[in-house]
Amino acid sequence: MSVHRIMGIETEYGITVPGHPTRNSMVNSTLVVNAYAQHALPATRLRPRWDYDVESPLRDARGFDMSRAHADPSQLTDDDLGLANVILTNGARLYVDHAHPEYSTPEVTNPRDAVLWDRAGVRIMAEAAHLASQVSDAPILLYKNNTDNKGASYGCHENYLMRRTTPFADIVRYLTPFFISRQVFTGTGRLGIGQDGRQTRYQLSQRADFFEVEVGLETTLKRPIINTRDEPHADPEKYRRLHVIVGDANLSDTATYLKLGTTSIVLSMIEDGFLEGQDFAPLKPVSEMHAVSHDISLTHQVELTGRRLTAIQIQRELWLLASKYCSGTWGHELDAQTGEVLALWDDILTRLERDPMECAAEIDWVAKLSLLEGYRSRDNLDWSSHRLQAVDLQYSDVRPDKGLAARLEQRGMLRRMFSDEQVDSAMDRAPVDTRAYFRGECLRRYPESIAAASWDSVVFEVPGRDTLMRVPTLEPTRGTEQHVARLLDSCPTAADLLAALSDDH
Amino acid sequence: MSQQENVERRVARETQDEVDSAPDAAIADRKAAMDSDVDAILDEIDGVLEENAEEFVKSFVQKGGQ
Repeated sequence: MSVHRIMGIETEYGITVPGHPTRNSMVNSTLVVNAYAQHALPATRLRPRWDYDVESPLRDARGFDMSRAHADPSQLTDDDLGLANVILTNGARLYVDHAHPEYSTPEVTNPRDAVLWDRAGVRIMAEAAHLASQVSDAPILLYKNNTDNKGASYGCHENYLMRRTTPFADIVRYLTPFFISRQVFTGTGRLGIGQDGRQTRYQLSQRADFFEVEVGLETTLKRPIINTRDEPHADPEKYRRLHVIVGDANLSDTATYLKLGTTSIVLSMIEDGFLEGQDFAPLKPVSEMHAVSHDISLTHQVELTGRRLTAIQIQRELWLLASKYCSGTWGHELDAQTGEVLALWDDILTRLERDPMECAAEIDWVAKLSLLEGYRSRDNLDWSSHRLQAVDLQYSDVRPDKGLAARLEQRGMLRRMFSDEQVDSAMDRAPVDTRAYFRGECLRRYPESIAAASWDSVVFEVPGRDTLMRVPTLEPTRGTEQHVARLLDSCPTAADLLAALSDDH
Repeated sequence: MSQQENVERRVARETQDEVDSAPDAAIADRKAAMDSDVDAILDEIDGVLEENAEEFVKSFVQKGGQ
């Protein structure tokens, strides 16, 4: 499957109203989401709501359901608390989750597209906060980061559709060392050690210190390195959706691209049994996760059975295996994007090992560190300086004129993969090669007739029919432009579309 | 890899680096260019950074999430 598979990214954004620290963050988040929905979605009688009927967040990949009585209230995401929750014409979901505004990209088929629609999400959040600030009496600010450095963390989750037949034990065995070591290029950098950031030292990852167990279902407490949530939003006989919660929210395109690309290749090797017999299992996964993140010299040695390897060496071994796997499986037929990810992975590891500062234009923790070190030497600042903490925070400010990552990009010091025009287009248009196309286009073409939608359904309300009509979209690779564009073109109204769809069956 | 081997590899690499003086000079040039870029952006950010850094950092308090 190479780097190509159905995937997506969901990001909870930090939210603050300077000068009003006590203001309710759920209310602020709701303002943000509603402001964007009113602006971007056509004003109609119906504001398409999220269709919860098909969600089951307590299903566990290990094969049992958690009883609702045993669940912490923060795990019940399918309870509609009256919080804002909308679908956009680009197929994404914009909503309020756990007191943060959250953007989930539409389903895409490859890492490049994931980067593009994730970036569209940053622009959407910037626009949403701007609009909400106009109706609020104080500006509302959003941050694409993962911690307040005072004990709270919020996530940037990756989702990968996998074959159901892959044994979960294999996923745990091989992904754990991969996740621990990939921090060298996925980390966004954090000035603070410990969940509350009490030690003012710099570390690779925003998220690492919030992981406390190896495997589990939770995402809000006792966070596990491997999350077992199993809610495929697709045919459960065929697919598992691997929900990855260990990652940092990246500002750098290259970092997001590598994160998704390398993870997808490793999953592909696991699915094909290619890693059988390889042993990378760390003896103490949780403490190694922290130790790798806390060592910006990248020399910490992770203790495996019978040997010790640095994070870069583990990545190097996985890269070598991936190269063999790809050339053995596809040879000269290897697709361009998988080839590009392999070459970039190699290049970044080489430069990280030689001198991490060589990756300042690609890797977030390095880019941020170069700013912090610049301030330290120019102004003689101690690591405990509040200005350095402010730099850490403001690196992830989503405002193009205030965010430091954005400023680095504008100066060409942080590499971008897409033009403004491409990102603008992805704010409104869905990817053409997944069911997100059908969802987004229905919303764009028939806004007055969509009552609700979710990943695997679009629910219509049309004149002349007494009941709501649900069109299931259980197969993520169907409903693409190729499948349905002509059908949609031939249906001026939603009623025509429903009639055409019923004729089909 | 043992600690010893790791040290040996590092020493070998450093020796190699001394031999490759031309790339070293290129790296030094690039570093100098990067430092001046950083200086320039620091000047730029000075005008953008939240004014009261201490209050800004202290008031950034979040509710937990996923």
